[in-house]
Amino acid sequence: MTNETSTDLPAPSPPVTPRHGAGLLLRVVPPGLYAGRAHVLVERSYLVSRRGWMSVISGFFEPLFFLFSLGYGLGQLVTTVEGPGGPVPYAVFVAPALLAASAMNGAVFEATFNLFFKFKYAKTYDAVLATPLGPVDIALGEAAWCLIRGGLYSAGFIAVMLGFGLISSPWALLALPACLLVALAFAAVGMAAATFMRSWQDFDLVQLAVMPLFLFSTTFYPLSVYPGWLQAVVQWTPLYHAIELMRALTTGYVGWGALTHVAYFAVMVVIGVVVAARRLGKLLLT
Amino acid sequence: MSDPAANVTNVTPTLVHAKGLTKHFGSFEAVRGIDVEVSKGEAFGFLGPNGAGKSSTMRMVSCVSPRTGGELRVLGMDPETDGPKIRARIGVVPQQDNLDTELTVRQNLQVYGRYFGLSRSAVRAKATELMEFAQLTERADAEVEPLSGGMKRRLTIARSLVNDPDLLLLDEPTTGLDPQARHLLWDRLFRLKQSGVTLIITTHYMDEAEQLCDRLVVMDGGRIAAEGSPSELIRRYSTKEVLELRFPPGEQSGDEVRDLAERVEVLPDRVLLYTADGDAALAAVHARGVRPVSSLVRRSTLEDVFLRLTGRTLVD
Amino acid sequence: MSTHVVGPWRAALIAVENHWTWYRRNWRATVISNFLQPVLFLLAMGVGFGSQVREGAATGGHPYLVYLAPALLVITAVQNAVFESTWVVFSAFKWQRTYLAVVSTPVTPAQVLYGQLLWIALRLAAGITVFLAIAFALGAITSPWAVLAVPFATLAGMAFSAPVVAFAATREKPDAFNAIFRFLVMPMTLFTGGFFPLSQLPGWLHPLAWLTPVWHGIELARGATFGTLGVLPALGHVAYLSALVALGVVLGRRYFRRRLAV
Ligand SMILES: Nc1ncnc2c1ncn2[C@@H]1O[C@H](COP(=O)(O)OP(=O)(O)OP(=O)(O)O)[C@@H](O)[C@H]1O
Ligand SMILES: [Mg+2]
Repeated sequence: MTNETSTDLPAPSPPVTPRHGAGLLLRVVPPGLYAGRAHVLVERSYLVSRRGWMSVISGFFEPLFFLFSLGYGLGQLVTTVEGPGGPVPYAVFVAPALLAASAMNGAVFEATFNLFFKFKYAKTYDAVLATPLGPVDIALGEAAWCLIRGGLYSAGFIAVMLGFGLISSPWALLALPACLLVALAFAAVGMAAATFMRSWQDFDLVQLAVMPLFLFSTTFYPLSVYPGWLQAVVQWTPLYHAIELMRALTTGYVGWGALTHVAYFAVMVVIGVVVAARRLGKLLLT
Repeated sequence: MSDPAANVTNVTPTLVHAKGLTKHFGSFEAVRGIDVEVSKGEAFGFLGPNGAGKSSTMRMVSCVSPRTGGELRVLGMDPETDGPKIRARIGVVPQQDNLDTELTVRQNLQVYGRYFGLSRSAVRAKATELMEFAQLTERADAEVEPLSGGMKRRLTIARSLVNDPDLLLLDEPTTGLDPQARHLLWDRLFRLKQSGVTLIITTHYMDEAEQLCDRLVVMDGGRIAAEGSPSELIRRYSTKEVLELRFPPGEQSGDEVRDLAERVEVLPDRVLLYTADGDAALAAVHARGVRPVSSLVRRSTLEDVFLRLTGRTLVD
Repeated sequence: MSTHVVGPWRAALIAVENHWTWYRRNWRATVISNFLQPVLFLLAMGVGFGSQVREGAATGGHPYLVYLAPALLVITAVQNAVFESTWVVFSAFKWQRTYLAVVSTPVTPAQVLYGQLLWIALRLAAGITVFLAIAFALGAITSPWAVLAVPFATLAGMAFSAPVVAFAATREKPDAFNAIFRFLVMPMTLFTGGFFPLSQLPGWLHPLAWLTPVWHGIELARGATFGTLGVLPALGHVAYLSALVALGVVLGRRYFRRRLAV
């Protein structure tokens, strides 16, 4: 009754088993949540962005607009500001801060809004989870894509800074890896935060955290503007550390203190990753 | 000959083993302790009214939903610890299509194949083959979003075959398909089964269940109400024939014919009389002077079993 | 003479009432972006950054905080209008499909548009009023004439919103909205004389700034506040902004009808 036409039939093949090359993570995270294949998510994001490249490119312009407006417009209202090694032109002062702030903004946006939208509304991950991939693959894949994109934006911005003579030290070569570290730290914490969100209403709280950081972490004016107790508060916030780090690297006044900043972000990464990995399973598998 | 496992053992292995399996959503018990065994090469069906817990069960078997309690082994492994390994060998068609709307038809198949670790060249070939299968070749580079509901369904089904699964889980696969597409799919599923793929299907179409399933269970309220092959179930829970009577609206009660059959089922639009001899029952109805608008004698089907087990029968 | 057909104004008011019913349950989500954000901006730029600025000709002789406040009212209006004119409208067509539900009643597509625009205008006016009060409390407002900035800023906000609502009605995908924010709203915020006088930008940028509703709004708001606004220029600015609103309404009516009356 059935004449086997083998072309229609998917031929039997050896079972596909998850890759075991991914060592450490496979042992750290709870079993069943990770298949070591996060890179496919990056491939997917790349395919999607190829179709919507305009919106990817456009992300590069936002910090540039800020730089031109603040550096040149405001730069004529304020000639010099107290920088790491003495008074500097306003553009030199504000550019590294914008670099750090855009690394933060991009990472937080991707890690919270986009992640939440994809799993809650677009249901993008439902299908992914029916394959060998687990929630941790998704988290890593999305984080990696977020870093790749963020890294490109940062590199572009650093190039523009260089072109306008806003960089005065070879230390600035380290600004790009520093940006990636900052982005990773904010993405990890953002993702951890996203796992606690129930609805869009909660995203206002993200705004509530990010916006004051952007505005008050000595982005636009030096720390000395604040009264003493407020200075102490600001010095504990993450974007302050990122801005200090970038300012040090682009102006060349790098001391051992820079390691404090790096340590700060390393701690953020660890906390964010641990919390996110633990909670993501709960969130995605119901 | 290409399957070494078949040569080593002559006992058909159990692909899905569930014992006392439960699923709770908060305090709500969607699945309340079910026992299911599915053997290799079988086509196994879940029937049941809306909310019976079919999809919840399917999602646990496909290792995307952790069980609340009980035993569950799929392909001999525990979903809790070996989820990725199990999912690598199964294909899943969820009740709701969850295609990637940011990708094209072809990219949907290709990217999905990549999730299974297939090489780029392999997924390219596979995607072409599966688009043929789903009759979507002309739409290969189109967006997924504007496809018709049935096309999306076909794409979802095609996608589930990308990894050549040993076990295929289909949650209401033919909902939204036109009759041609349904028959085509039945044919493809039948062939997959011939080639050794195990099928688990939920459906609301009794003809589909009768056509495809070797064995099925009827679920109701999170429990299993009956289990067996379609013909067994019909034998056990229904009579040989059924007499269907239609009355003008508001004039049917079933009372006047209640004693003419083993069992009488009063539906909103007709009265069913379960009896070994439908023609004899019809003669008796006429002899009583009861005048239905129309009447029909037919053989019992799974639908009758379904009504018996999950409906609110007035006479038993 | 059916009693169930409502006039255009009543229909728009009913639409506003529906928005309000929704808003009463969901206002929390807008508090931070609509009310808190502008205040934080005023603090950071006006007070913090302002402390670095010497008052002079560039700031019209005013402290930077006072110079900035009226312009920030206008910028706030436009920023608050963005989300309401893009995602919200798009969602009402495509995701929530609320518009489609509404036009299956006697309400017409044009009335849906009027209701939406009226609602946005009310939201903008409310946001600006609250901001004005807070700015006053912070000492950023020194002239009673600043009250005039409320209608001016609302008008400028609507001159942006109405054409954008019309545009959103033509979209099948929300992709363009981020671009609107990045390439229209951001430059309009930063390069139209709000934070620093337009004269500090290269000359070729000036005509571009003159096209934006924000520049006209800032001229009006700042001029009214500092008493430097002439009658003729004022009429000119108001006429231009009104023309943009009218353009948005005309286009919006066409696109709403095309999309809803099918
Ligand atoms: N994620 C969830 N959260 C809470 N309750 C759920 C969830 N998923 C399913 N349920 C509930 O569990 C019960 C069983 O649902 P399920 O989807 O398994 O039914 P079903 O048999 O597939 O029904 P249908 O034939 O309508 O598809 C329903 O009452 C449903 O409301
Ligand atoms: Mg179901």
